[in-house]
Amino acid sequence: MNSLLILFIILAVAAILSALGLLLSRSAIYAALFLVLNFACVAIFYLILGAPFIALTQITVYAGAIMVLFLFVIMLLGAEKLPGTKAIPWQKPLAIGLSAVLLVESGFLLFQRLKLAVDLAQPDAKVNTMDSIRQLALMLFNQYLLPFEITSILLLVAMVGAIVLTKQEKGAAG
Amino acid sequence: MEGTIPLTYFIAVSAVLFMMGTLGVLIRRNALIVFMSIELMLNASNLAFVAFARSYGVLTGQIFVFFVMTVAAAEVAVGLALIVAIFRSKHSIDVDQMSSLKG
Repeated sequence: MNSLLILFIILAVAAILSALGLLLSRSAIYAALFLVLNFACVAIFYLILGAPFIALTQITVYAGAIMVLFLFVIMLLGAEKLPGTKAIPWQKPLAIGLSAVLLVESGFLLFQRLKLAVDLAQPDAKVNTMDSIRQLALMLFNQYLLPFEITSILLLVAMVGAIVLTKQEKGAAG
Repeated sequence: MEGTIPLTYFIAVSAVLFMMGTLGVLIRRNALIVFMSIELMLNASNLAFVAFARSYGVLTGQIFVFFVMTVAAAEVAVGLALIVAIFRSKHSIDVDQMSSLKG
């Protein structure tokens, strides 16, 4: 019995249902919690694919830091109960149609061009160990050292930008 | 735990998640949920990166996912600051309300 495939199908259903919950939920807080569930499912996909470092980064950075920031802003604004404004009448059907076109396009590419139907075996015992993380670190700090440093500048700029954007002007009533 | 999973399945899940992200951007009018949908799209592309990295047996895909996560974190910090600033001036985060430049 292909137990890995069963695990995959359960996770895929959970991921897609939680994405659907994000789309349909009225409250922004429920949407954020659905997104956390989706991130957790994708993190387990990463573990299946033999990327333990990425999986843990997904949990700590995405499901931890980023979603906590989202929840913080939702509660700060108190905007979870938005009054329903009138929508453009043809917006929703058009959006669903265009998304269906996108899905059909990518499905067509998937089954026409992706002839390399590689079977990804379970990660052998070697993959999910410290050794793969060591390989990743060696690559990150040798071959990709410059992009890594640029990333730190990007984070610094984002931090300063966020502070400047939310700073109250002197004399302006908040 | 044994067995194999075709690469196609992972890419299909990634495509479906990306499609739902675009749908969320198009139909939701709460700016915060539009932002979350963008995160969903980034996440779907990350899943495709890791799946391809596994099938080709190289680590470059995982390195790229690492950078995508960093950029997403920076984007969320700046974007949420923008949303807070817009909420202060317009008292709403409905994207349909932000039409001051409309002629």
